[in-house]
Amino acid sequence: MLEYDVVIVGGGLTGLRAAVGLSEKYSVALVSKVHPIRSHSIAAQGGINASLANNPDSKDDNPEKHTFDTVKGSDYLADQDAAELMCKEAPNVVFEMEHWGCPFSRFSDGTIAQRPFGGAGYPRTCYSADLTGHVLLNTLYERAVALGVRVFYEYVVLALAVDEGVCHGVIVLDQVSGKLIPIRAKTTLFATGGYGRVYFHSTNALINTGSGIGIAYAAGIAMKDMEFVQFHPTSLLGTNILITEGARGEGGYLFNNKGERFMERYAPKAMELAPRDITARSIKTEMEEGRGFEHEFGTYIQLDLRHLGEQKIAERLPGIRRFCIDFVNVDPVYEPIPIMPCQHYSMGGIDVNMRCESAVKGFYAAGECSSVSVHGANRLGGNSLLETIVFGKLASRSIPEYLEAHDVRPDEKALLRTQAQVEQKIRRLTSGGNEKPFPVLDTLRKAMDDDVGIFRTRAELERALAKVIEVKERYRHVRVSSSALHMNYELIAAMELEQMIDVGHAITLGALLREESRGSHFRRDFKERNDDAWLKHTLATKGPDTEPVISYKDVTITRYQPMARTY
Amino acid sequence: MSGEIYTFKILRYDAQSPDKGPYFDYYKIRVITGLTVLTVLLRIRDELDGTLAFRSSCRSATCGSCAMVINGLPNLACRTQVGSFQDKTIILEPLPNMEVIKDLVVDMTPFWNMYEKVEPYLIRKSPNPEKEIFQSEQDRKKMDQFVNCILCACCYGACPVPARDPGYAGPAALAKLERFALDSRDERSAASLERVNDDKGVWGCDTLFRCIDACPKEVRPTDAVVGLRKTLVKNKFKRTIGIGGKE
Ligand SMILES: Cc1cc2nc3c(=O)[nH]c(=O)nc-3n(C[C@H](O)[C@H](O)[C@H](O)COP(=O)(O)OP(=O)(O)OC[C@H]3O[C@@H](n4cnc5c(N)ncnc54)[C@H](O)[C@@H]3O)c2cc1C
Repeated sequence: MLEYDVVIVGGGLTGLRAAVGLSEKYSVALVSKVHPIRSHSIAAQGGINASLANNPDSKDDNPEKHTFDTVKGSDYLADQDAAELMCKEAPNVVFEMEHWGCPFSRFSDGTIAQRPFGGAGYPRTCYSADLTGHVLLNTLYERAVALGVRVFYEYVVLALAVDEGVCHGVIVLDQVSGKLIPIRAKTTLFATGGYGRVYFHSTNALINTGSGIGIAYAAGIAMKDMEFVQFHPTSLLGTNILITEGARGEGGYLFNNKGERFMERYAPKAMELAPRDITARSIKTEMEEGRGFEHEFGTYIQLDLRHLGEQKIAERLPGIRRFCIDFVNVDPVYEPIPIMPCQHYSMGGIDVNMRCESAVKGFYAAGECSSVSVHGANRLGGNSLLETIVFGKLASRSIPEYLEAHDVRPDEKALLRTQAQVEQKIRRLTSGGNEKPFPVLDTLRKAMDDDVGIFRTRAELERALAKVIEVKERYRHVRVSSSALHMNYELIAAMELEQMIDVGHAITLGALLREESRGSHFRRDFKERNDDAWLKHTLATKGPDTEPVISYKDVTITRYQPMARTY
Repeated sequence: MSGEIYTFKILRYDAQSPDKGPYFDYYKIRVITGLTVLTVLLRIRDELDGTLAFRSSCRSATCGSCAMVINGLPNLACRTQVGSFQDKTIILEPLPNMEVIKDLVVDMTPFWNMYEKVEPYLIRKSPNPEKEIFQSEQDRKKMDQFVNCILCACCYGACPVPARDPGYAGPAALAKLERFALDSRDERSAASLERVNDDKGVWGCDTLFRCIDACPKEVRPTDAVVGLRKTLVKNKFKRTIGIGGKE
């Protein structure tokens, strides 16, 4: 049994930022199922928001305006105290990352460059070409190396040991040796990222299963606002590789098959830089009404960058150009990019407060796996990278407060009990049963795509719910090919599948019950936002018969009363 | 279904059962145009053989997980189109210069050890300003090439030197060092560069440019080796004529 003051699960931006903040004073283990550098944060492209006011067009920008944009973007479901805290911290964390060596792009006066992003009143998105996640993650990993953070990579967390409202640590599988190892820890922080792969079409990495959210849920910790799923307007046709909002921030246009810049009809002021929920719905509507282009990989819309010219594209969007050439054989300098909307981001997640605390003592969560909530019903582009670093840092402050105030003695017995449950689950997955895990997952993710998408109706959501329940039943018969515990990716996929089903279940049920349209959640049968009935967070807790039990919680409103949301 | 039948010939080995030795497995699979090697690998694992081991994550040539040898050359499986080969047999092997853990998964510990050795982080001595440290657009651009490195180890697998000298730093670590040496904000001492001033470091490179061919991100690690060599020679000259800074 390993023992630490803090075990951090996740080597993305959130987990690394927390580790960097904690490792000088506490014994810290950072556990990640992939090497930290392979975490999905690496793929973020467009940038990170902070009201630095470096752009000549943003001289009077400030954290308050950033907060307002975030709250309005969230369709008023964000907790305003949390959004305010994040936006206030934003300039500090960006400067801190710069001091640690992050190679941001620069303006000609030597300050950090900032570009416009959707839903923002000012150009406040700091970037490094279209590789912002890459440079941020490298910088934090470099920091972690400089500080000698203890990293366990290719160790998968399979369960959380919670007993009587206290967290005692995690059970991990060392993929290389195949050993199950309990880690006894005074505090546990989940920074496990989003669940994109619960959907068939997603911009997310293959490892984004949302297993952390499901593991916490299985241990009794609620999921919050799961029905709010962000669909990004522009993913590459076929592979769904993301084409950053920065492409529109730099001036890209969207065209339908009639050659119209159709955003005129939906967001006449903001045009292509309307927030993602609105832009994704506009594109979907164009497609449904026959104004898309047809292709064997599906219907698409054109994202046209040609008028930006080769130099600007090469300088600001070199990665995008490469993706287009490598994956669809289109050079955006000469041809429009074929794009379609698809799943992109998880606004919902593990229910925590702005100190990253959950209802379970000693258990914390931050980053995309959590829901504080700063994004409410719709996240603004550039605010997620910000959330990861701000809340990773804040977790590294609230965890010591807990450690100093309590005499914490995590219980070995609770861990051993949890380990026995994990062993039993593995035995079941490696004996008996006649279903391979993959077809079960395939049914789930197609149901989520088809019926829990950009536009939703009761009938579709009920059909999806029936599928989820069918998939749950099939899961009981899943069996993997080999009973080896080492380097058995199929076994890990099968373990994570259970959590993916729980995540899908909470999303679908939350969406079915929420009879209004808000942010990313759009009900064709309830087209308006209904603040009287629905200005509240959804909580899903695991019930006795494994069905989620739904309850609701108030939204914190401080300065901004809900208004109509137009752009 | 359209498409053509390809044979995927994949090297299998399990370090936990070395007695079985390495051997090839053959998988026949129908491939439509536009499919990548990674997509096919995922299909093999999901549908045909759940025991196959390979790393993958972002599927967009960004995270560096899926480096392997594809028809003899190191590359990322996710950015290699199956249709780009004349031959209908695709041979997949693990990256060289590292021990195989299972199938296409190698133990990257030596690679990361070398990375850590070069002090791969910004070193500052002056106090930081309240806001950003200023950096001109031109200074920022100087690093671009090396900032792009995704640490996939294609270069390390392609390099002939580690096989002969496992103590050799390798192309990626040296490219990382040059990224910081070129950073106008970095204040590492001349002495810290001395660490690579031997044949485990920059002088170990054979300048065969294999790393340049193998790199999926146009990092050109040999440029870093050449750049560092120049700096080291310049520093030595400065020392000889007595204008060298502190050591
Ligand atoms: C293509 C793309 C582009 C994006 N661009 C932007 C952008 O420009 N601006 C912006 O603000 N946001 C962007 N986002 C969103 C943003 O990148 C993510 O929300 C953010 O990086 C998530 O960081 P994280 O630290 O929470 O999790 P991740 O970086 O996803 O890391 C999760 C970590 O948890 C580990 N893990 C998960 N489960 C387990 C387990 N069971 N056991 C052990 N380890 C586990 C993983 O190994 C990984 O290390 C983008 C997202 C995508 C998909």
